[in-house]
Amino acid sequence: MKTFRWSIPLAVFIVLLAFLWVGLGRDPREVPSPLIGKSAPAFRLAKLHAPGETLSNTDLKGRVWLLNVWASWCVSCRVEHPLLVELAKSNIVPVYGLDYKDDPEAGRGWLAKNGDPYTASIVDRDGRVGIDYGVYGVPESFLIDKSGVIRYKQIGPITSEALQEKILPLVRELQR
Amino acid sequence: MTKFLAAAALVLFASLACAGKMDPPATEAALDARLKGLETELRCLVCQNQTLADSNADLADDLRREVRALAVAGKSDDEIRSYLVARYGDFVLYDPPVKPLTWLLWFGPFALLIGGAAVWWVVLQRRSKMLPKSEPAAEAQSRGRALLDEEED
Repeated sequence: MKTFRWSIPLAVFIVLLAFLWVGLGRDPREVPSPLIGKSAPAFRLAKLHAPGETLSNTDLKGRVWLLNVWASWCVSCRVEHPLLVELAKSNIVPVYGLDYKDDPEAGRGWLAKNGDPYTASIVDRDGRVGIDYGVYGVPESFLIDKSGVIRYKQIGPITSEALQEKILPLVRELQR
Repeated sequence: MTKFLAAAALVLFASLACAGKMDPPATEAALDARLKGLETELRCLVCQNQTLADSNADLADDLRREVRALAVAGKSDDEIRSYLVARYGDFVLYDPPVKPLTWLLWFGPFALLIGGAAVWWVVLQRRSKMLPKSEPAAEAQSRGRALLDEEED
């Protein structure tokens, strides 16, 4: 009975500690997306470099692809950009860009200056497709599998850690 | 207790009354009022502690526009809410739904309250056991009288 008495507060304390510890490591800005495991929302948008042509999500059925939401006005896009250029060079997975709420002219200029990692970029001028994808903080990236299902979402810049430990292993698994 | 129950019933019915009113907007002003109400229960994703109604963020502008378009297209408040939840998750709601994932959120405080009450009850029980048992009153009186008598002698 003696040991029982102090073990209850101790247990409560440990549980509290565990909650706080987990909370420390979490980013409150990262809201888990309800879209993971669901079909990628449909879109058909004009291409940035060929405004007469359009690209639809259905055009990409049958392959694994990365949708990267970017904009010329987005400061943290610059952080992940070299990584995307490198990824594009490696030819592991095609990267498609969604130029989000951007002036197409500014978007093209930005890519000319910083390098263009995208197989194609499409223009989401008014951000409607962004809303369908639950975009709230550019950059964001979605990994979409062969059947068009979203398998992973990166909120904020892709870090080399996220790329090596999460995205690339998942790409390999999905490409099988 | 009855007062508490009455208060609880009032709160419950008040919230039901709010949930029930969903007439199609007759005028622009009515639509504005309805959207204002709806936007105050939706969270702006960019500035997380602001409602959609209060936020100046670009995304909040877009979402307000989207919400208005849906309302004009005749969608009910619930349909608009589920439109946003499908895209951004329950986090957009300031009033999260009760489901297994949110049980801890909803019932945790009550569990803590009940736990606290149980601890309090147990402590009270132990304390009352520690008090010395009082002697029967009659016996105590006769003993007292006896003591007084002795002094008088």
